[in-house]
Amino acid sequence: MPAKTFIEAIRETIADEMRRDESVIVLGEDVGKKGGVFLATDGLWAEFGDDRVIDTPLTESMIIGASIGAAVNGLRPIAEIQFADFIHPAFNQLVSEAARMRYRSNNGYGVPMTVRAPYGGGVHGALYHSQSVEAFFTHVPGLKVVVPSTPYDAKGLLRSAVRDDDPVLFFEHKKMYRSVRGDVPDSDYTVPLGKAAVTRPGSKLTVIAYGLMAHYALEAGDRAEEEGISVEVVDLRTLRPLDKETILDSVRKTGKCLIVYEDNRFGGYGAEVAAIVGEEAFDYLDGPITRIAGPDVPGVPYNHVLEEWFMVNPDKILDGIRKLAAY
Amino acid sequence: MAVTDRKITHLGESVGLSDEQLIEMYRLAALTRALDERMWVLNRAGRIPFVISGQGHEGAQVGITWPLEKGHDWIAPFYRSIATCLTFGMSPRDILTAQYATANDPSSGGRQMPGHYGSHEHNLVSVSSPVATQLLHAVGIALAAKIRKTGQVAMTTMGEGSSNQGDVHEGLNFAAIHKLPFVFVVENNGYAISVPSEKQLSVHDVADRAAAYGIPGVVVDGVDVLACYKASKEAVDRARRGDGPTLIEAKVTRLTAHSSDDQQTKYRTEEELAAEKTHDPIPRFREQLQDAGILTDEILSRLTTEILAAVDDATEYAEAQDDPDPSTAMRWVYAQDWPSESPPAWGMGGGHGSGGEGGH
Repeated sequence: MPAKTFIEAIRETIADEMRRDESVIVLGEDVGKKGGVFLATDGLWAEFGDDRVIDTPLTESMIIGASIGAAVNGLRPIAEIQFADFIHPAFNQLVSEAARMRYRSNNGYGVPMTVRAPYGGGVHGALYHSQSVEAFFTHVPGLKVVVPSTPYDAKGLLRSAVRDDDPVLFFEHKKMYRSVRGDVPDSDYTVPLGKAAVTRPGSKLTVIAYGLMAHYALEAGDRAEEEGISVEVVDLRTLRPLDKETILDSVRKTGKCLIVYEDNRFGGYGAEVAAIVGEEAFDYLDGPITRIAGPDVPGVPYNHVLEEWFMVNPDKILDGIRKLAAY
Repeated sequence: MAVTDRKITHLGESVGLSDEQLIEMYRLAALTRALDERMWVLNRAGRIPFVISGQGHEGAQVGITWPLEKGHDWIAPFYRSIATCLTFGMSPRDILTAQYATANDPSSGGRQMPGHYGSHEHNLVSVSSPVATQLLHAVGIALAAKIRKTGQVAMTTMGEGSSNQGDVHEGLNFAAIHKLPFVFVVENNGYAISVPSEKQLSVHDVADRAAAYGIPGVVVDGVDVLACYKASKEAVDRARRGDGPTLIEAKVTRLTAHSSDDQQTKYRTEEELAAEKTHDPIPRFREQLQDAGILTDEILSRLTTEILAAVDDATEYAEAQDDPDPSTAMRWVYAQDWPSESPPAWGMGGGHGSGGEGGH
């Protein structure tokens, strides 16, 4: 089975889906000749042409709004927001329009649209090229939010997203684009939306993570094992709809729950996970539900010392594991 | 319809419409007015909580919608688009069930406020409340039409207040770059709720802004139904030919307050309101057709009777329809229900929060 980088898996999946279904188009800033600033769409313009690979003006609201319309009229757009940090001008189109179209029309209209956006820090991107924006959107019923962590999942989940009949936000951690490699079969497999994965079995403590943090959680889990702490890692993969059962099964088994996310801690996605575990697995808990998350500053600072301070890493997760295990 | 009605008079000939078509256009405008007036009566009688009106816009809406092909082309309308929706295929029952928010309201099944029309059956995009967002949807529909080579034209309509939103700029720019089959209609009634257009627009006409996108911008008297028709016909033909978008600004009147929750005498003078009433498209169109010998007393009398019957029928029908069942309130968040999307603690029964499953 060939090993591929995270971004190769994404690029191949887009091309595969465009070959499979001529209603799939790509639009965004620099997605054409340049192939995207991260080269996620490299080669697509040459293969599929101007009609299906569209370089847009710098208009994020238009990218999403027009994708909604195109979806209503028979296409399956894959919109690229160049950095997740720049998705905010499209917030109204995503939250007021894409998310509500099916509900407000009583299933008259749906919006089969995938919005890809690179997110996350640790790449010297500072305040406006490092953000984690998932919590803004996981709050919104009608949107689906996916954060893959492996090339295998990226491919299988992106296929599911493109083929899904609802709007899917697909957040790709940009630090993983070239640093993460993994086996990707050539088959037309899919990974279903809404299913988490236990990526490391363990018995004493559950770590719940997604995206880059799912890798760091595994690393921290391996090191904890050496210290005699058996850690189970749950990679959420899809944040909404959330696979509550996999989370609850794991926490009911281990009795301890550590939630890891890169976004600001306050009101972040992990807060919802904590609430669910608290409400639905209270009797099984053997320690406080704990979050290891980004500091509550308005963005990731640029200077490398400050950025390292901001970023959650395996050391910080391991520290959290040790404290919770000892509780 | 009698054979004699099929003759094409000079008026019809001048715009390329048959007398039958002109009479139907009048019927739609007059029907819309009668429905709209009925909504206010029902509101004041306490039957429906909210009305947002299109009175003064009906002529422009009928004229502008008419050149589009029903069931093929698309419209992303706004909350005053009653005549647009009726002209494009919705029925008086469809409109009034939306007012009553019934379970079978085709716009939203009772989920949206009145005025937020939409119909998948008739290619009318569901209306939301944030203004001007729909322009981008129409642009996307036009993009899909171009890519899929369907020959469709997409139109969006909104007020001049909404036209100031950034989405309008983003969408017009993109539609013009790609010469999309798109028509942008501004129904300029002079007010964004209470704020007059001179405090909304830095230019006299919204149409002036078309120049910035390199597309035609046309100002038309929105009280003149046939002028609106002609402007729209030209724009729709141009769009369908592949020559790109057009901006049409129809100067209309707002004969009512912004909505049933607004008191417009607070910001408009009695004189102004009286003057507005002289710029009413319905009597204007009626007299035009009467003068041309198209709308005879006999036809007018028949139409008046039919319209009243249709409005009465729609009222009685909507009154008799069921409210939506709360057990359905979590459906269609997604195409498929997801077990992890939990119902509230009080369950999915009715009874205004009084009990869990199976409440009354």
